[in-house]
Amino acid sequence: MRNLAIPVLSAAILALALPVQAADKLTIYTYDSFTAEWGPGPIVEKAFEAECGCEVDFVSVADGVALLNRLRLEGDRSPADIVLGLDNNLTWEAAQTGLFAPHGVSLDKVAIPGGWSDATFLPYDYGYFAVVYDADKVASPPASLKDLVEGDPSAKIAIQDPRTSTPGLGLLLWVKAVYGDKAADAWAGLKRRVLTVTPGWSEAYGLLTSGEAPMVLSYSTSPAYHRIAEKVDRYKAAEFSEGHYLQVEVAGVTRKGAGNPLSAKFMAFMVSPAFQDAVPETQWMFPAAPTSKPLDPVFGEMIRPEKPLEIPSEEVAKNRKAWIDEWLSVMSR
Amino acid sequence: MPATRPLPGPLALAFVAVLVGGAFAGLLAEAASDPSGAAGAFDAYLGRIVRFTLWQAALSTLLSVAPAILVARALSRHPSFPGRSLILGLFAVPLGLPAIVAALGVLALWGRAGLFAPLMAWLSGGDWPGIYGLAGILVAHVFFNLPLAARLLLEALEAVPLDHWRLSAQLGMGARASFRLIEWPAMRAALPGVAALVFMLCVTSFTIVLMLGGGPAATTLEVAIYQALRFDFDPARAVALTLVQVALTVAAVAAMARLGASPTGEASLALAPRRYDRPSPAGTALDAVLIAAAVLFVAGPMAATVVAGLEADLGRLATEARVRDAAATSLLLAAAAATLSAALSLALVAMRRRLETARSSSRAGLLARLLEWAAGNGALFVLVVPPTVIGAGWFILLLPAGMVFAAAPVMVVAVNAVMAMPFAVRAIRPAHDAAAARHDRLAAQLGIAGWARLRLIDWPVLRRPLFTALAFAMALSLGDLGVIALFGSESVRTLPYLLMERMGSYRTQDAAGLALMLGALCLALMAAANRLGRERA
Repeated sequence: MRNLAIPVLSAAILALALPVQAADKLTIYTYDSFTAEWGPGPIVEKAFEAECGCEVDFVSVADGVALLNRLRLEGDRSPADIVLGLDNNLTWEAAQTGLFAPHGVSLDKVAIPGGWSDATFLPYDYGYFAVVYDADKVASPPASLKDLVEGDPSAKIAIQDPRTSTPGLGLLLWVKAVYGDKAADAWAGLKRRVLTVTPGWSEAYGLLTSGEAPMVLSYSTSPAYHRIAEKVDRYKAAEFSEGHYLQVEVAGVTRKGAGNPLSAKFMAFMVSPAFQDAVPETQWMFPAAPTSKPLDPVFGEMIRPEKPLEIPSEEVAKNRKAWIDEWLSVMSR
Repeated sequence: MPATRPLPGPLALAFVAVLVGGAFAGLLAEAASDPSGAAGAFDAYLGRIVRFTLWQAALSTLLSVAPAILVARALSRHPSFPGRSLILGLFAVPLGLPAIVAALGVLALWGRAGLFAPLMAWLSGGDWPGIYGLAGILVAHVFFNLPLAARLLLEALEAVPLDHWRLSAQLGMGARASFRLIEWPAMRAALPGVAALVFMLCVTSFTIVLMLGGGPAATTLEVAIYQALRFDFDPARAVALTLVQVALTVAAVAAMARLGASPTGEASLALAPRRYDRPSPAGTALDAVLIAAAVLFVAGPMAATVVAGLEADLGRLATEARVRDAAATSLLLAAAAATLSAALSLALVAMRRRLETARSSSRAGLLARLLEWAAGNGALFVLVVPPTVIGAGWFILLLPAGMVFAAAPVMVVAVNAVMAMPFAVRAIRPAHDAAAARHDRLAAQLGIAGWARLRLIDWPVLRRPLFTALAFAMALSLGDLGVIALFGSESVRTLPYLLMERMGSYRTQDAAGLALMLGALCLALMAAANRLGRERA
């Protein structure tokens, strides 16, 4: 009995002590690369903690989809005040959980191509899916999705699997947005140029940098990393005349988080320069709101697609399975 | 009497059962709200991927295990030559490498722009499209599994009592005779187990299959399970698919056991002596060629990994606090997992042996037979329950208790320990059973039991296989990433985790450097195990 009493007592004391601390604590769910040492997490955490005099607690899971799944499982019990790292293809499903409250932040300063009006999810960065190529190996890159689909089958591209990866789903939606009902035919053409289909972004991008694949599906801003961090000029993004599929990364306040005054503070902070300054060279994406100083000129040299393409997330959620099946039937032939 | 110390075995079984049962319980509880996904899992897509899964796994197993028999025999025939222990260490390194590293290593040689591309283009008289497709999957699987199978078969050969070799020499058996009468029976007894293990590893292959398969025509059940737990989070479907995977594997492994059933009276040596024959120069040369070929095949992709790794800023990496922390975390978790794994495995091996002996001395009930089967095989099928499924199930189970954060490292250790058991059991069982056959009666007559028996009789014999098992389990745990997708990673940032993180944010060179470190760590572990295993007690 005796030796049981101490742990039980201390657990009880801890349990009592916890809510007291929690008043000054903000729990943010996010994904791993956000909290990585070179990610924006450490910078953002420091800046916000200095501003609010509180403690920010990041909980990071594998990626945006894992984030949504974790939240679905936890439901009302989730300790998360803020969920940061969903994207525009997941917002409808996330909203369907009924776990989110309005963010309450003015969208005046938010600048997303094609506009942004969501009252639940607030963007913190965006980018475009793009074909990134090795300029040392590809002399004439495709100038359109049509070029990519119909071009020389011996010039290969590594893509990601839409069943397992977010960029993979991005390409699927991109082709759908451009080709609509003809998407299956487009995939039949593109298939000839596909070197391989990898489970995630890392594997495909590794094929590009190891020299195995001359082209890869990635982001329009990927070359900025090589230019700024590595001083390497050979990787470029191809601009497609049909437009590029847009990815917007967003955060939302949970219903539980709506009761924590720090949540509103953080959401406002997220679209302020203190947060946005960290975005370009940690996320390698475009900031969603003004920064305090101009971006590195290299970002100015990145392609800026004229036409952002997007399929509403409700339509994505409802058709994803059918579209993936369509993709499977063509690509497995 | 054998039934007096029954505790560790059933405890080990219970541990495994709770780990898997808990995961299923969690997922089923979640699935109860919408069980429709389970029925939806059985469609034409499932039929196709089941066929592909089994086909590639069967081919991979054949291509890994058949050459491994020859390589193990060659290594066993030459117990000391320069570099032998290095080769044995090298053979364990693939286990510790994340699949993506191995895949990139294979592609550095056999890819479209690989080292052999010009040669292959010349041979095929056109452009070399790279080894994508079934061939690529097989090459990568053989890279992982041939060395593993060779090591485990060698373990079986080394469990052959010295007397047998001496007798064979005295009897002047030639190479062929000693193969037929000593080596083959010893390996054949271990073969169904080794083949089953390789088969299971190939059934559950994921990254390799997608990346080298060239497209979704190459899809395994494991991919479908992961898919079910991802975009459309559908636990019912995931559970149904996992059960299909387990059922198919059980069936396949049962068929294999039948094919390779160990003959009775295998080690009987009451046979006519043959002409005295030294290992012929031709035989030695053949062995050398075999070993060299296997080493080249395994070392090739590893060399590519080393070359890529050396381009990284290793000095900076090694001094980074984050890398050191990750290395320490990795070693700690892997050591804990390996110790647990070896203990569980030893308990199960001993239990199976005890039940087997009891069965031959009396009529055993159904329960005893079932337990014997479970101790021998049941736990091993855990390998085909995907870590993502175990992770997700336990996450659901632990959620109401609010123990998710604290549970992450425990989950990693428990799952890695159980996942490594098939390896550890393969390493321990031949030596254990052989020793038990020789010592049980004597020990009983002399009244040596318990701690004294362990220290005086079992330990000297089991020391080497136990250390091998530990090293294998550690290498395997070092490379693992699977369980914690939902848990949150703060407390379990391991080296492969860091590797994937760097790879996922453009830092390919750092990732290559970390892969090199992981490989070196595995090699060091194997060397340590080898040394510790050989020392006299």
